Amino acid sequence: MNAPLTINGHTLQSRLFLGTAGYPSPDTLARAIETSKPGLITVSLRRENAAGKGQKFWDILKNFDVPVLPNTAGCYSAREAITTAEMAREVFQTNWIKLEVIGDDYTLQPDPYGLLEAAQALIEKGFEVFPYMTDDIVLAEKLVQTGCSILMPWGAPIGSGRGLNNPYALKTLRTRYPGQTLVVDAGIGAPSHAAAAMEMGYDAVLLNTAVAKAAEPVEMARAFAQAIEAGRSAYLSGIIAPQENASASTPLVDKPLWHQSA
Amino acid sequence: MKVIINGEEKTFEAPLNLYGILEQQGYVEMLIAVARNGSFVPKEQYQSINLESGDTLEILAPMQGG
Repeated sequence: MNAPLTINGHTLQSRLFLGTAGYPSPDTLARAIETSKPGLITVSLRRENAAGKGQKFWDILKNFDVPVLPNTAGCYSAREAITTAEMAREVFQTNWIKLEVIGDDYTLQPDPYGLLEAAQALIEKGFEVFPYMTDDIVLAEKLVQTGCSILMPWGAPIGSGRGLNNPYALKTLRTRYPGQTLVVDAGIGAPSHAAAAMEMGYDAVLLNTAVAKAAEPVEMARAFAQAIEAGRSAYLSGIIAPQENASASTPLVDKPLWHQSA
Repeated sequence: MKVIINGEEKTFEAPLNLYGILEQQGYVEMLIAVARNGSFVPKEQYQSINLESGDTLEILAPMQGG
């Protein structure tokens, strides 16, 4: 019943997608990955120095049997994002790309126009695009028409920990796109936020800061893994609809005499 | 000739191809990707691209990301 998530023929071991940035130490990051067993881990590209700081980071990650999803974080135009994606494909040997084109400094809100332009170009170049997007239904439709089989709407601004700012929009996306792989990406703060996304029927949740900046990142990573699994099971099990009135859960038949009013 | 590498201007003797610069700067054995003047350069083209003064190179490597 609870089948694993498959992307491009890759069966993922979990529906938790975990970011690798901002941990107190490389060892903490490694233990968070070991403990939570994410389905994939996100990575980035930055300028390399003569000391090879990036090589040391990669030495840690390459030992895990977890697929990597490179991002285009920090890109503010389609052109920058396309170039970064091409560089990431060569470095990480994957055609998967988490496509970020930022349109607003304050909220880090994605630029829908640049995102669409870059997605189209990258799909033509053979990439599997994971677009980081707002929860806008029209943008979703345009991305699907462009060839995106995965959509990653934000829960809230990156790193804000606010959770699901607009559950209505997220539910609408799930309802309207039953066949797409939908991932809530960004803004998650607590495991309950991730569980709520999974209970809506989302296929996975991508988060970073909520684990990396927790007081105990390794335990928080475990908590998120458990919450995401629980939310998925709940979705598949059929959550009851809320009702206005009480309804006794204990059977009324054969109740003893002293419960009968005079 | 002057080439800007990761935002820092450096001076080299021309002619020099991209592979030569990467070798001089110690990048050849590293896991990197290169963009020249904003466009990605596949690894197999390093030997065939001769740099010109004023070129800008971005040399990127794996890094933490969310």
